[in-house]
Amino acid sequence: MVMFGHFVLLVLIGGAMSAEVQRPRGVPLSKRQFYEEDKPFTCLDGSRTIPFDRVNDDYCDCLDGSDEPGTAACPNGNFHCTNAGFRPGFIPSSRVNDGICDCCDTTDEYNSGVDCQNTCRELGRKEKEELQKMAEIAKEGFMFKKQLIHEAKQGLEDKKSKLGDVQNSKKDLEAKVEALRTVKETAEQPEKEAKERHLKAWEEQKAVIRMEKDKARMADVFLELDDDDDGFVSFTELQSHSELDPDSDASFTEAEAQGLLGGVDKVDTVAFETVWNNIKEKYASESTADVPPPGETTQEETRDPSSDNDSENYPDEDIPEEDDDEDMDEDDEDMDEGDYKPPSTSQTDDKKDDDEEGTMPPYDQETQTLIDAAQKARDEFNEAEKALREVEDQIRNLEKEISFDFGPSSEFAYLYSQCYELTTGEYVYRLCPFNKVSQKPKFGGSETNLGTWGKWAGPEDNIYSVMKYEHGTGCWQGPNRSTTVKLTCGKETVVTSTSEPSRCEYLMEFTSPAICQDPSSSDSGHPDHEEL
Amino acid sequence: SKTKDSVTLSWSSGRYQVRVWHFPFRLEVLCDQEVIVTFNSKDKLWFESLQNKPSYLSTLFLFFPGPSSLGADFCLHGFQHVYGLPQHADRLRLRDTSDGEPYRLYNLDVFAADLYCRLGLYGSVPLIVGHKPDRTVGVFWLNASDTFINIQYSPSDPQGGETPPVKKRRLRPQTDVHWLSESGVIDCMILLGPAPQQLFKQYAQLTGYQAMPPLFSLGYHQCRWNYNDEADVKAVDAGFDRHKIPYDVIWLDIEHTDGKRYFTWDPALFPKPAALQQHLEKKKRKMIVISDPHIKVDPDWPLYREARDGGHFVKDREGQIFQGTCWPGESSYLDFSCPETRAWYSRCYSFDKYKGSTPSLFVWNDMNEPSVFNGPEQTMPKDAVHHGGWEHRELHNLYGFYQHMATADGLTSRSGGSERPFVLTRSFFAGSQRLGAIWTGDNVATWEYLKISLPMVLTLNLTGIAFCGADVGGFVKDPDPELLVRWYQAGALLPFFRGHSANDTKRREPWLFGEEVTAAIRTAIHANMALWIIFTGIRFIICANLHKNVKHSLSCRPLWVEFPEEESAFTEDNQYMIGEALLACPVTEQGAQTVKVLLPGSDEIWYDISSAKAYKGGKSLSLPVNLDTFASILVFRRGTFLPVLLLNVQASADGELYLDDGHSFEYRDKKAFSLRRFSMASGRLLCRSASEEGRFDCDNVVQSVSIMGVKSKPTTVNVHVPGEDDPEMSTFNSYRKKFECFKGRFVSFTAHRIIIHDETKQITMSKPNKVPLF
Repeated sequence: MVMFGHFVLLVLIGGAMSAEVQRPRGVPLSKRQFYEEDKPFTCLDGSRTIPFDRVNDDYCDCLDGSDEPGTAACPNGNFHCTNAGFRPGFIPSSRVNDGICDCCDTTDEYNSGVDCQNTCRELGRKEKEELQKMAEIAKEGFMFKKQLIHEAKQGLEDKKSKLGDVQNSKKDLEAKVEALRTVKETAEQPEKEAKERHLKAWEEQKAVIRMEKDKARMADVFLELDDDDDGFVSFTELQSHSELDPDSDASFTEAEAQGLLGGVDKVDTVAFETVWNNIKEKYASESTADVPPPGETTQEETRDPSSDNDSENYPDEDIPEEDDDEDMDEDDEDMDEGDYKPPSTSQTDDKKDDDEEGTMPPYDQETQTLIDAAQKARDEFNEAEKALREVEDQIRNLEKEISFDFGPSSEFAYLYSQCYELTTGEYVYRLCPFNKVSQKPKFGGSETNLGTWGKWAGPEDNIYSVMKYEHGTGCWQGPNRSTTVKLTCGKETVVTSTSEPSRCEYLMEFTSPAICQDPSSSDSGHPDHEEL
Repeated sequence: SKTKDSVTLSWSSGRYQVRVWHFPFRLEVLCDQEVIVTFNSKDKLWFESLQNKPSYLSTLFLFFPGPSSLGADFCLHGFQHVYGLPQHADRLRLRDTSDGEPYRLYNLDVFAADLYCRLGLYGSVPLIVGHKPDRTVGVFWLNASDTFINIQYSPSDPQGGETPPVKKRRLRPQTDVHWLSESGVIDCMILLGPAPQQLFKQYAQLTGYQAMPPLFSLGYHQCRWNYNDEADVKAVDAGFDRHKIPYDVIWLDIEHTDGKRYFTWDPALFPKPAALQQHLEKKKRKMIVISDPHIKVDPDWPLYREARDGGHFVKDREGQIFQGTCWPGESSYLDFSCPETRAWYSRCYSFDKYKGSTPSLFVWNDMNEPSVFNGPEQTMPKDAVHHGGWEHRELHNLYGFYQHMATADGLTSRSGGSERPFVLTRSFFAGSQRLGAIWTGDNVATWEYLKISLPMVLTLNLTGIAFCGADVGGFVKDPDPELLVRWYQAGALLPFFRGHSANDTKRREPWLFGEEVTAAIRTAIHANMALWIIFTGIRFIICANLHKNVKHSLSCRPLWVEFPEEESAFTEDNQYMIGEALLACPVTEQGAQTVKVLLPGSDEIWYDISSAKAYKGGKSLSLPVNLDTFASILVFRRGTFLPVLLLNVQASADGELYLDDGHSFEYRDKKAFSLRRFSMASGRLLCRSASEEGRFDCDNVVQSVSIMGVKSKPTTVNVHVPGEDDPEMSTFNSYRKKFECFKGRFVSFTAHRIIIHDETKQITMSKPNKVPLF
């Protein structure tokens, strides 16, 4: 009876097996014809022919591993799982009976004693649900996409016509600018002449004042030098002023002093006039001996601020925001510069000069009228020129946008000049498609550029699936930041995730209807059909 | 015997002698009346007497004892080659130091260490090994304080020597070794060999054998600083499956923790660590996390409070808890020299205490020199105070060793003592081999670092540390694809095989560089599996010292260990032997078209592993290589046997195979292992038990037997199974049938014989099916 029981059981198993097409273990349906029972088997690479009982006998005969589709004997073999209810697939032979459940139908662990659960149905159900969901999304997304294409077409035409308009207005503006330039130049000529006249008069007046001051000082100095009040300055009296030593060799000799006095021993006030011209640059007043003579730094000082301004102008335009580290560096540099600036001694002197010489008197009525007229012409000209530049910018932008690669049907055009944000635990990420990607700390701090628009960078057959943003802020001791944006089909346009797989190389997931494929063109994603 | 000036002791029937001279003090070791080693030959024996203390011994236990340095010199007579003293990024043979800095042993965290530099690196083993054609000797200087070693070869090295050649010839060569330590006692041992293997056994008897690692740890390890979060780990794990690249372990660096608090998980990035480990364990893969010896100063963290209140931290001179900066910022350092602290720390690894840990989680001890960012030489001040009042200077080089010990104990105890631990450590000392694996620290992605990794690993092997390797690909900087492939190929032939990269490098998982690179790396990892999982298994049996008759062996050996008389091999850095059978010569040159291989032994025959071509030994070969065929530089030695791979036989050959369950201590506690000896003689291959003790049930079978160097081809192959009737009648084919009947029953240790008749013309044995091994 027991034997009989077994027998029945075997038959039942046989019956169950026959539902599936008979073939050696691990062979896919597509290759069944190569494995015919009771006929010699030829390795699929044709290298050898062996008796059929050596197929799946757990010994590797064929170089390509094709005689052992169902065992782990061949190092390069593949095992086919039918996975009824789910997707069929291949696993490397080495995973057969290795104690790990690889195939969802458990067929790879037929002799390892591991208790595997058949999860194919569950997986199949989940996948089906997932596919359905995706199909729905794709369907809706594709509808949006059609709309987007339509809008893009409309938008493109609008832009083209606008470009025409603007180009016309540019011509008008150009003519206007030219006309105003002539007006301006005509008004500027008399203005310039009047101003020069005024300035020259002021210079002359200043020269007179300076000469008088010099004379007064000379008299003072004479008295100061004339220590014995005899009405003469002698070379000995001169020698007490070592700063006057012509060769500055720390020894102010008699001969040198005499030389300064024009070869005589002493001079009176009249003769001192020539001497004064030679020594006034060096002379240090006895009462204010501590004050160093006015140095040559004066010129540098006046030049410095303007050059500083120049250098400040550049970073805004060309250098993107720095990250924290570099900000620190810059601060350091600034401080260094401050430290190394020569102590400014001349400023007080400048002020003194101004005080003594006074400021330039205002323009007379006639000059002022000319200036006002010229200024008006200038303002009008500048305004017109500015308007022209704006129009030119507009044209450039329009041309750029019109010629931009927004996908085969311009379906990505709607992203232009938009921005999308994603907030994570620490940062707010901002994607402005075709412009740049940035990252800003949630709780204060400066923005970091994660890359500006580079190119479409998907694989050859799907180039519009990936965007690449490059040349962002440099990393400390590393490359410039860059971001790869992966686009997937979605009803909405959203940044769904960001990550930093390698340092300073960001990855962003972005859904958009524009990437959705026509659901009717490709039925389902599976090249393998399901076996039931 | 005794004379006026000396006392002589002898053993081994007078063959060996120790002669002690009274004045000047000398200690000579002689063999056959010839002096091998002299202690104090240059009168450099010296120790500073401790201040204000009546006796030396009593001061040992007192705080801050004052200057205590000591030194001694040894002369190795007849020796021109000395090795050892890890860890330095230097060549295999130690250099003469008379032109510059001495070798230093002081464990330090040196980021991207300079090559060929004699300053200390992460770990220290104060063992120096001298070798000449007829003898190998060793000097083991047991001291864990800051130590300097001067080496002087005389006659001096040919490169630097200006001595006229005539004069040189008259001198008997010798090597003077001068040891200087900052503190401690003079405790040194002279190991006499005379054969290399005997010397290694002598050293192992002093410091211990390599711990038997769990099998998974011999596979490929994938590491990065850092895999960012659970999704990242799962994606990398899936990548290996998708590209059909086997791997066994994925690692997490410091960022997995909650603010660099070890034993915790970042709640946002790793919210479900146990589930993640279970996900990996489904594929029998493991996870390894970092656990460093510094503990964040954070009174709100229970583990910190426990350590603080339990007195488990190292103190400063004033008796306050020492603080220094490391990854978490302000940190204190566990005092692993204290047994109670070690016990407490071990308990931190128990499953109930270490939340989110599962049995498939293992550990990695980094920064345990210890690294203190704001400390002198980036380590702990020498006057910090340990358990028992010992100053840090006394035991500095042991700090990492003790953490390693406590961690390994922790992993063993969490399983109730049944499972083998795996712990990787960066810092080490003599004896660290008993505790786990070691790697060479932070290297750089350049060809020079790839090259230097080989002598570094060989030196570690010479000093007993067999389970070691270097970070594949280079930790710092980005390797180009060629370098990456070559590094995988070289790394696959070293015992510890881990790809690792720093946080500012580009991703470099094996499939990111195109199919050619992926395929080459896949091949390298496959070769590693074939070689190490099974082959290293054989070697580590010896480490565990289970089988007394097995020769003690290193996993990777310098050529001279196997060819002690081959002087051309004494300075060979790039080639080495894996066990006694395989010669490895990795490609370490950029753009290499060919590789020069020195095949030692003029009476040897070598077989190329990929082509089975035979070469006579005793010459150099130039073999062509391309990116994928790194195996072409693996050659076999005649007369050896490698189970599973190939059997290489001429007149005779033998080899052994060890197997156990791969994870537990049952091999030790229940003798659940199997050691089989395969031997071939007169056309007869025998597979029998090499140990009476082992009892391990497994269903492994002999897949195939390949024989290289058979002069004539066999027509018949007979398989004899004891208990079967009439072995002579059972030709191979009939055996196959019988075998099918018995499949699954041969799980005992009865011996089986395969008899091969080699009369006619067939190159390999036609078709033995899987013959049950056991």
